[in-house]
Amino acid sequence: MSTMPTKDHAELAGQFNADENRVDWHDETLWWIRQKRDKAVNQLPEWELLRETASKIKEHVLSNLGNYLEAFEANALANGVTVHWAADAKEHNEIVHQIIKNHGVNRMVKSKSMLTEECHLNEYLAENGIEVIDSDLGERIVQLAKEPPSHIVLPCIHKKKEEIGDLFHEHLGTPAGVSDPQILTETARQHLREVFLTRKIALTGVNFAVAETGEFVVCTNEGNADMGAHLSEVHIASMGIEKIIPKREHLGVFLRLLTRSATGQPITTYSSHYKRPRSGQQMHIVIVDNGRSVQLGRKDFRNSLKCIRCGACMNTCPVYRRSGGHSYHNAISGPIGSILAPNLDMEKYADLPFASTLCGSCSNVCPVKIDIHDQLYKWRQVIVKAGYTTKAKTASMKMMQWTLSSPGIYHVAGKAGRMVMKYAPFAVNNALNPWYKQRDMPKPPAESFDEWYKKNRGKK
Amino acid sequence: MTVGLFIPCYIDQFYPGAAIATLQLLEKLGVKVVYPPKQTCCGQPMANSGYEHLTTGCNELFIDNFSEFDYIVSPSGSCILHIKDHLHSEGRENEAAQVRRKVYELTEFLTDVLKVDHLDAVFPYKVGLHQSCHGQRGLKISQMTELVAEPFSKPVQLLNMVKGIELIPLSRQDECCGFGGTFCVAEEAVSVKMGVDRVSDHLEHGAEYITGADMSCLMHMEGILRRQGSKVKVLHIAEILNSSVQ
Repeated sequence: MSTMPTKDHAELAGQFNADENRVDWHDETLWWIRQKRDKAVNQLPEWELLRETASKIKEHVLSNLGNYLEAFEANALANGVTVHWAADAKEHNEIVHQIIKNHGVNRMVKSKSMLTEECHLNEYLAENGIEVIDSDLGERIVQLAKEPPSHIVLPCIHKKKEEIGDLFHEHLGTPAGVSDPQILTETARQHLREVFLTRKIALTGVNFAVAETGEFVVCTNEGNADMGAHLSEVHIASMGIEKIIPKREHLGVFLRLLTRSATGQPITTYSSHYKRPRSGQQMHIVIVDNGRSVQLGRKDFRNSLKCIRCGACMNTCPVYRRSGGHSYHNAISGPIGSILAPNLDMEKYADLPFASTLCGSCSNVCPVKIDIHDQLYKWRQVIVKAGYTTKAKTASMKMMQWTLSSPGIYHVAGKAGRMVMKYAPFAVNNALNPWYKQRDMPKPPAESFDEWYKKNRGKK
Repeated sequence: MTVGLFIPCYIDQFYPGAAIATLQLLEKLGVKVVYPPKQTCCGQPMANSGYEHLTTGCNELFIDNFSEFDYIVSPSGSCILHIKDHLHSEGRENEAAQVRRKVYELTEFLTDVLKVDHLDAVFPYKVGLHQSCHGQRGLKISQMTELVAEPFSKPVQLLNMVKGIELIPLSRQDECCGFGGTFCVAEEAVSVKMGVDRVSDHLEHGAEYITGADMSCLMHMEGILRRQGSKVKVLHIAEILNSSVQ
């Protein structure tokens, strides 16, 4: 199903780094968003309390998920909504397809939903003769480019405006060479207006599903979810099981955190509540597991389900900023993607928890306080124990273990040529040594500290 | 008070100057320091690579070497964080827990335990301080720019006691240098780019020296500086705090 290459993060990041100016531009663009976030959160003296509160609410939800899901379903049903349960991506896609077929149409408009990216819904529906148009501007751009989004909030952040101008020229008929954002946005607006008016089915994501009322909240800056849903005959909302919050009043915590973390705005332009279908309209909610209940059962990783998809961990991640979202070869990229993906396919995503220096900045910006960098460390242990590592790496680690577990061997090895030089992979000064390619080796000193100490302070 | 001096393997082998400065500085401040000769490594290189299960030998050795001391001090935030977070022993978990409680990174030991408020050091140069992630975000020796909280920095507090020093500002106060242990070779391209960017920030602000509480980050930045042919040098913070009038 996936169209992503099987190359690993390091290789894809290496390709991204072939164009240093582009890396600088990407890094600075995302850093600018991190700075906007800093400015916004520093205006709230209660910021850290808000994060703690949100984290605790989500913790409570995860500990009582079954009950809340049932309550949500009962209330949604009472509101006149049809509720579907999907165990995995395949079931989700089949359910959506069936709803479309039942309505006798072959095209649909869709607002932003990372869950449908995760399920590869667009590809599935295309194979079944259904055309989907993404109505979020960034999503539409990557869709025209036949690429997956590179960021969960800013899907085409990897594209420069000139490249978007070329795409619009090719697909939407703007004059060649036009890259003025105002003109491009207006073109997209007119193009999407026609789509909204003619599509009978609209799919949206769900940011928050309120258990006590059965309503759900969709946050967008463009109002595109509203345009699609309100003009449709059928509104389908896809949500992961972790989107639940117990009460409507909890939105007072989450809506304040979400966009400040994501883009530095105080709140999304549209935070729309959907509760019941209008007269004559159908409303469907598809509640999707797709590995989430497995993750919930992993003690060390269950907190990852607190994620509200703000993307702050990506914007702050020094690795993400310099490797680009596509290097993570997963629908959700960056630090959060790296702790979610191995749950879905440990072999395919074995590289992702290693695509980090464990600097910890992600955990600090996370509005729901997921211990992202600690989970990256823990995934590394799980992945190695499960055998998704190379024989060469295991051999070098065992050699290191043998040397470092014995002071005698360590000091002899050190003397004989500086042990680290010998066994660490960055040891040798040649082109095959990845350290030496762009960095000089430390100059080995005349004597180690151990030798100096024996000479100067020794009392043998 | 007797302090056990823990000198991480790569400092022992490559940067004995940082270790000597740490020892001399502590002695100057009146501390009795013992260097247990049978020490090797904290085990972090294996653990961060996903091989924590191979660190039993290192853990046992660490407990053997250091459990007798009142405090264990090391000039490396990263190694200390590893001990604090991951040192365990099946047979001696009580001792392991005690060791985890009494390990200190050098600057936090100076500010929090010795409560140093005066140093005789002189270092008349422009210095950029690199906030190493594990010391900063792990051990919290400095406030982190992501949080809405009062700023503080134990390394800055100490450097401000040094006569003649000029601490330069940075555009990005606490961005990672990209070393990351085996990350530096496994993710060579990104690691180097992170290092190059970090070094540029210091150079653009006129640093003559780059210092920090973690030699591994400094080793990474030194590798880049030397490849660029730069005259800017890296120096462990202990070497600055221990420097005296020439």
